[in-house]
Amino acid sequence: MSNNIVEFKNVSKWYGEGEDRFEVLSNINLTIKEGEFLAIVGFTGSGKTTLINLISGLLEPNEGVVLFNGKPIKGTSPARGIVFQNYSLLPWLNVYENVAMAVNAVYPDWERKRRDDRIREYIEMVNLTPAIDKKPGELSGGMRQRVSVARVLATDPELLLMDEPLGALDALTRGNLQGEILNIWSANKRTALLITNDVDEGILMADRIIPLNPGPNATLGPEFIVEIERPRDKTDLNMNTQYKNVRRDLLNYLVELGDASKLSRSQDYKLPDLRPLLPDGRMFIYKKHG
Amino acid sequence: MEQITILSSSEAPISVSNKLVIKFREFLPKKGYFISLFKNAGISILSMVVFLLIWQFGSAYLYNIEAQVKIEKAMSAGGATAAKEVEACIHSGAVSCQPNTLPSPSQVWIALQSLITDHQIIREKKAAFYAKVSATNAQRKSEGLKAIKYTGRPSFVDQILTSLKTVLVGFIIALLIAVPIGIIIGLNSNLRTAFNWLIQIFKPVSPVVWLLLVFMIVKTLTLNSDLDTSFIISSISVGLCAMWATLVNTSVGVSSVNRDYLNVAKVLNLGLFKKIFKVILPSAIPLIFVGLRITVSVAWMVLIAIELLAQSPGLGSFVWEEFQNGANDSNAKIIVAMFVIGVIGFMLDRIMFYIQRSASFEKTLA
Repeated sequence: MSNNIVEFKNVSKWYGEGEDRFEVLSNINLTIKEGEFLAIVGFTGSGKTTLINLISGLLEPNEGVVLFNGKPIKGTSPARGIVFQNYSLLPWLNVYENVAMAVNAVYPDWERKRRDDRIREYIEMVNLTPAIDKKPGELSGGMRQRVSVARVLATDPELLLMDEPLGALDALTRGNLQGEILNIWSANKRTALLITNDVDEGILMADRIIPLNPGPNATLGPEFIVEIERPRDKTDLNMNTQYKNVRRDLLNYLVELGDASKLSRSQDYKLPDLRPLLPDGRMFIYKKHG
Repeated sequence: MEQITILSSSEAPISVSNKLVIKFREFLPKKGYFISLFKNAGISILSMVVFLLIWQFGSAYLYNIEAQVKIEKAMSAGGATAAKEVEACIHSGAVSCQPNTLPSPSQVWIALQSLITDHQIIREKKAAFYAKVSATNAQRKSEGLKAIKYTGRPSFVDQILTSLKTVLVGFIIALLIAVPIGIIIGLNSNLRTAFNWLIQIFKPVSPVVWLLLVFMIVKTLTLNSDLDTSFIISSISVGLCAMWATLVNTSVGVSSVNRDYLNVAKVLNLGLFKKIFKVILPSAIPLIFVGLRITVSVAWMVLIAIELLAQSPGLGSFVWEEFQNGANDSNAKIIVAMFVIGVIGFMLDRIMFYIQRSASFEKTLA
């Protein structure tokens, strides 16, 4: 039994107070074990980003406590590196400088040469060495997200947080990057938490998937264990019975959730019965278009 | 994981020689570039011709009205013979009885040429003067006295240079005041509130009032010194009038840094100074430069009015002196000054535009 790296204990988070209080997460209990790859799947607006920000330390819970290695999380730390949804690269720095900023901040005591080597090593790892002196504005979405991944990994975080990292990418780039992230992850087996709205992505990448019931007052659903052997191949997965089962169960669960949230607004709107008033004997001739 | 060819080909490394070729191609005009260039130049020239024609006809019309009034005045004062004399005098083109009105383009052109020859004459005079006093000056220097300076009338070109110097000093004053204060109040919302009333009240104050305020202070401070008081007054006033755009833009740029960038700084646990210099300031720089560009154009615009009032040498006082002078070509010289002011203002704005563009990081590549 491995250690719990992150523990949520009865965590609730709301914005505003009194009448305007809007509770995003209520009574969340969650543990992330060391070395595992956990995915949290949920609809947009269900509070996934709030959840990950509670771990990164950008937000603090209103109730309950979030533990990291047994200690409550106070503020941010490079030990919990985060890949942001919108890359968050600094547009005035090039690829090298963006990664260097993180490395310099986390390893200020290292010699210049050692830092330089590390920066180049991680840029190479995400296959961006040819674009090392390009600014983010000159890169494609996929390349930008790879820089963002390199920036986080270069600081060697104990826990890798990914907030819909591939959400804004096209399907081809997405598939490619999933593979790259998995390769890097399996090379040094860090603990990873992936937030996604793509069920297939979750099953491909994670050991365990937990759906987040849609907010407000979001709670966690039952966990789904994915025991498919690694490395997983996307094309072989389609034949895998376990993949099919997990996928079916998860989708069923999510579809039920979606239906439940739709019930409340099943109002029937009646349209007025309108007809055009045509003058007597007038014909409308429609020209046919090419 | 299989590499997908579409991706890998588009991100394949470009060899050095290819890169050079691409770099070189960027400098070559694109297809159709010359055609559109000629077309745009043609349109511009055509509109200039139309402008000159309207000006020519307009000035001729005003000239005739003015001449008519002159003749009628002579008629009522001295009868038909006096009127005849005045009319003949006007038609002869004599300087003494030219109607005083809007000069025609050709008169302005002549005035420009006379200003240039005037400048050459004054430059020669100046050189001759310094050649004459060089021995005396060397002696005075050895005795610890001040050198004798040329105190003759400044030429038009001298006035332009003085104006540029004033606006440059004013701009530097604005930069040194507005950028640091803008950064500080941008970082702290309480300070921003504290400064807000001040900015809102002083921003719309007219340049003339600023000049008077600066005059009150500088006059007292420089009572017993032989500094160039009028230059100091006008450049400080220019700086104070023009700094507001930079101040507001800097504080907005600093206070509205993208939350994502701040989150990056937060996750990396950057210290306050690193956060300011590595994240907040670089992201505010484009807005700061937009502010500086506005500041330069405001400074140039305000300068003319301030020089006009402060009696400090420069284009503004040139215009005012010509207006007071009332010589037959004064009006034409004023129009020349108007064009020079416009062209220099345009060039200053262009320079700031290129600086601003090079400072902006969100360039979209074609």
